[in-house]
Amino acid sequence: MHGSFSILPLRAEGLTYNIAGRALVDDISFEIARGTRTIIMGPNGAGKSLTLRLCHGLLKPTLGSVTWNGAAYTEGRKRHAMVFQRPVMLRRSALANLTHALSLTRSSPRDALSRANEALARFGLVELARRPARILSGGEQQRLAMARAWALDPEVLFLDEPTSALDPTATRAVEDMIKAFHADGMTILMTTHDLGQAQRLADEVLFLHRGRILEQTPAKEFFERPRSDAARAFINGELLW
Amino acid sequence: MHEDNAFTAAVSLILSGDAVLGEIVRLSLAVSLTALLVSAIIGLPLGAALALARFPGRSFLVVAFNALMGLPPVVAGLMVYLMLSRSGPLGWIGILFTPSAMIVAQSLLITPIIVSLTRQVVEDLWGEYEEQLRSLGSTRLQAIPTLLWDGRFSLITTILAGFGRASAEVGAILIIGGNIAGYTRTMTTAIALETSKGDLALALGLGIILLTITLLLNAAAYATGRIAQKVAG
Ligand SMILES: Nc1ncnc2c1ncn2[C@@H]1O[C@H](COP(=O)(O)OP(=O)(O)O)[C@@H](O)[C@H]1O
Ligand SMILES: [Mg+2]
Repeated sequence: MHGSFSILPLRAEGLTYNIAGRALVDDISFEIARGTRTIIMGPNGAGKSLTLRLCHGLLKPTLGSVTWNGAAYTEGRKRHAMVFQRPVMLRRSALANLTHALSLTRSSPRDALSRANEALARFGLVELARRPARILSGGEQQRLAMARAWALDPEVLFLDEPTSALDPTATRAVEDMIKAFHADGMTILMTTHDLGQAQRLADEVLFLHRGRILEQTPAKEFFERPRSDAARAFINGELLW
Repeated sequence: MHEDNAFTAAVSLILSGDAVLGEIVRLSLAVSLTALLVSAIIGLPLGAALALARFPGRSFLVVAFNALMGLPPVVAGLMVYLMLSRSGPLGWIGILFTPSAMIVAQSLLITPIIVSLTRQVVEDLWGEYEEQLRSLGSTRLQAIPTLLWDGRFSLITTILAGFGRASAEVGAILIIGGNIAGYTRTMTTAIALETSKGDLALALGLGIILLTITLLLNAAAYATGRIAQKVAG
């Protein structure tokens, strides 16, 4: 969808993030290929959210690097977007939340408006357009956050536990959106603690434990024959921390 | 004059549209609203910048503006007087004892309120939005208009508070304006003078108008809060 130029593969090399001398993300390296849906799994506090933030550029690694298609990625307009566990909506209408995000990409107001309307229409959110975004339900807000990310036309989308605060119906709607994004050619890197969700969505699993990568395995294989003991315990619900 | 009669006289003064009273009210509003406009134009961006910028001496500025919110009007008046008096550094402008000078003095009083409250509002919003805005590629500079707009309801209340302070103060405009009849006489300075002269009707009439304005301001602030709840959540 982005022609021949791609920012992928995304490569993390020796990625380390320290706070107060403690390595919360500890020397991890992995590669994300174009078009894959990678799910980062691991117990609470494993460093999943930090890893996503490091890749998205919200945090600066203490050591190591995140590179896009070989070059340290410094381009002005981001080609990757992120959806957070709790959607942060501005105090304005649903539509204005989308046009605001688009205006930051230097779209003209006219282009921003038509793209925003396109995104709302694409995901069945047109009725919400004029409603104040912050008084929408949690599920509606998260779908709106997804539509906002989609409107930015990213090549890679990061999602940090996008459904963990949602009810089953909204969760299904968000999962359907993720599938649609992927069908559009987007590369997905997300975290979840929902094993079922991971099985429904993942092409491959990146398993983190205590800030380290224990394995990066195709999804089917991960759930049937995990390589690490920790992953096996995790799948059996025996590894919570 | 007896107080009961003074009250009746005051009401009839207002209802009859007394010219002297009308002129005093007009000047008061003109001075305070202009000062408010000046302060908002300076204070809103300055407050937002102070919330988002990181530079040495920032904490000092934050504390200084907070402290200046409590600047006694007479002290503000004295400071502006020293600047604008014939021997002062800005004496050559020659605006002492004019409405322009009163606007300067009141701006000095209101700007710190708008700066400090804006900084607080914007800082709180930034705490909430920072990750999302940075994810969308917003710089801190680009975030300023976003946060000012999203803080609009709180900021309206802030501006109303600034107007309240300006319209109620007497010390600064008395020193700077000189309470010259028909030229620099405002509601508060007139009340001070007329009461001491014993013309309670005019003083009371102006007092009623001032109270009404205060009441309207508070009603507006309350309504703003209610609308904000509905619209902004
Ligand atoms: N700002 C921070 N300061 C201190 N510790 C943090 C901070 N952010 C995260 N941590 C710690 O780092 C570890 C990994 O965090 P995180 O990536 O959020 O875990 P998870 O895998 O559950 O998403 C946790 O132990 C967490 O407490
Ligand atoms: Mg997390």
